[in-house]
Amino acid sequence: MAKHILSVLVENRSGVLSRVAGLFSRRGFNIDSLAVGVTENPEVSRMTIVVDGDEYTVEQVSKQLNKLIDIIKIRALEDSDSVSRELALIKVNATSSTRSEIVQIVEIFRAKIVDVSKNTLTVEISGSGDKVRALEDMLRQFGIKEIVRTGTIAIERGNKYIKAGSTEEM
Amino acid sequence: MKITGAQGLVKALELENVTTIFGYPGAAICPFYDALLDSDIKHILTRNEQGAAHAASGYSRVTGKTGVCVATSGPGATNLITGIATAYSDSIPMVAITGQVSLDLIGRDVFQEVDITGATEPFCKHNYLVKNVKDLPRIVKEAFHIASTGRPGPVLIDVPVDIQTDTLDFIYPDEVDIKGYKPNYKGHPQQIKKIAEAVASSQRPVICAGGGVISAKASEIMTRLAEKYQIPVVTTLMGIGAIPADHPLNMGMLGSHGVYAANYAVHNTDLLIIVGARVGDRALGTAGKIAEKAGIIHIDIDPAEIGKNVSTTIPVVGDAGLILEDLYKSIQNCNTSQWLESLQQAVKKNKVKLKEQSSYVNPKKLLAELSKRLYDNAIVVTEVGQNQIWAANNFIARKPGSFITSGGLGTMGYGLPAGIGAKIGRPESTVVVIGGDGSFQMSMPEMGTIKQNRLGVKILILNNNRLGMVREIQKNKYKKRYSQVFLDDNPDFVKIAEAYGFKSEKISCNSQIDSALERFLADDNAYLLECSIDPEEETV
Repeated sequence: MAKHILSVLVENRSGVLSRVAGLFSRRGFNIDSLAVGVTENPEVSRMTIVVDGDEYTVEQVSKQLNKLIDIIKIRALEDSDSVSRELALIKVNATSSTRSEIVQIVEIFRAKIVDVSKNTLTVEISGSGDKVRALEDMLRQFGIKEIVRTGTIAIERGNKYIKAGSTEEM
Repeated sequence: MKITGAQGLVKALELENVTTIFGYPGAAICPFYDALLDSDIKHILTRNEQGAAHAASGYSRVTGKTGVCVATSGPGATNLITGIATAYSDSIPMVAITGQVSLDLIGRDVFQEVDITGATEPFCKHNYLVKNVKDLPRIVKEAFHIASTGRPGPVLIDVPVDIQTDTLDFIYPDEVDIKGYKPNYKGHPQQIKKIAEAVASSQRPVICAGGGVISAKASEIMTRLAEKYQIPVVTTLMGIGAIPADHPLNMGMLGSHGVYAANYAVHNTDLLIIVGARVGDRALGTAGKIAEKAGIIHIDIDPAEIGKNVSTTIPVVGDAGLILEDLYKSIQNCNTSQWLESLQQAVKKNKVKLKEQSSYVNPKKLLAELSKRLYDNAIVVTEVGQNQIWAANNFIARKPGSFITSGGLGTMGYGLPAGIGAKIGRPESTVVVIGGDGSFQMSMPEMGTIKQNRLGVKILILNNNRLGMVREIQKNKYKKRYSQVFLDDNPDFVKIAEAYGFKSEKISCNSQIDSALERFLADDNAYLLECSIDPEEETV
């Protein structure tokens, strides 16, 4: 099954997330990830939804989401024409003998150490899902204690943008 | 001048030209009921909140207005749920108002608290929990706008009791501006051109009319279009009445409970033009499969319906009336004489042979006889089950809105309260509720609503002492292993009707039909006619 990224502008109101999530469950669609945050307009939030499924599924997800009154706009983002990122915090076991090796790996991935304790390091990484997974694989040998991931956020490249008002693209 | 939220709510309903509402009071909606005493809005007290929702639905379907129902919090609100879901399935414009516990108590599981916005979210077009009294006028304005525009549907407004007693400066908005809700009415000209070309090159076109044709008030233009280009029409259950049942181009209802000619037409068409129908599984027979050899045109106000259940060759989003008007002007020619000839042969197979019976009333004959005696402005409202399909295939619905049924959800207990709403909406019409003994008992107490309001609703009970439709499924698919379908100890419906002060009688053979129907329809009072039906009588 292919993964598709939907960029969805919604009214910034309570209950909207529940409506969106509820729609996915009751219609049997699979959400791979869902990330929500407010936009440059405080009345509008943007959800980036990664959907697992074929073309029919993506079309139905978009159409059914569009029926929700709180949904303002939906756009399916093409991989080639958009930039997507995921943020993860990984807490990994670190001893005096493994600490420097971990730091080296983190540097190779252009990640950051954001917290240090006697027995652990916490690594911050942002990038594609593949990159986050690759770092996770490398750190697993030391013993990962906890991972927190945001889910994908994505934006279109260049002059294109999605906006709640009437003018939406340049 | 400041008024209370409850007064504001009543005022907003008045400004929406609401004249009749259906409901049932309770503690959390008491301020609203108190304010209602100072209004001219007529309130019909049903015997159950579910009855209020169905009555609002029936009222809406005959008046074209948005139906309004009211309930208190908790169990009152949950009793509305089946009615709201029914309205959602059949795209009926409805505003449901529920009382809620006060804002500071929400989420604490207090007495009669339930998350009704959460509960109804999957089958509401939209819903609101009012958290600030100042938002109330805007919310009511939006609710009526959303319920009645685009694809119509139910909208719920949950109003905490302290919001009802709080005060506001009441200013009712003139317009609605919802960023994400701008229904598209005008069909795309390019798509309409494509349809016109497809029709011109088609040899065997068929129009499939759904409930959307009726709700878009597109019945007349569809019939004119069919007549001008001689295109046969099949209807869905919800589309019955979109074209007169006795119109020569009407092939009847399609689907698993439809008639031979309609299914023959859809099976052999080369161009199926679906208008305002979601193509549900009962119409399809097999999910996703319909007219496999044909091009499929789908016209619907709801873009999400297109391509959902069947793949479409030419989709058009918009109002059925406007699109059919455009099509009427665009199609150049269409030669269907051979096609119509072959369909006439199929129509002959629609005619069912009636069983000779001496100890039962044949429901098909009964409903055909009833049709002959009803004027064009009569309204037939059905329950759900065998009675519904007998009515669908044998009642001659001549006008849109003359046949009312729960098509999408198949809600037993719908008919009696919906009939009450229909009678209140169109008091000059003869309203006949057709029910089975099973479904009638689900809403039977609503006879009290009929009595209290002196409504001349006619009730025809087709009594086979069975849950007939389920029994038939068990007979055909479960090797006659009948499970929980027997209602042998049914009450004496005639005595129950008499207890409510209705005229009433029971008949048990075909020879009694004529005179019984004369008495049944003779005056404007409520009347219950119970007919004894053979449990072996088949649905189709």
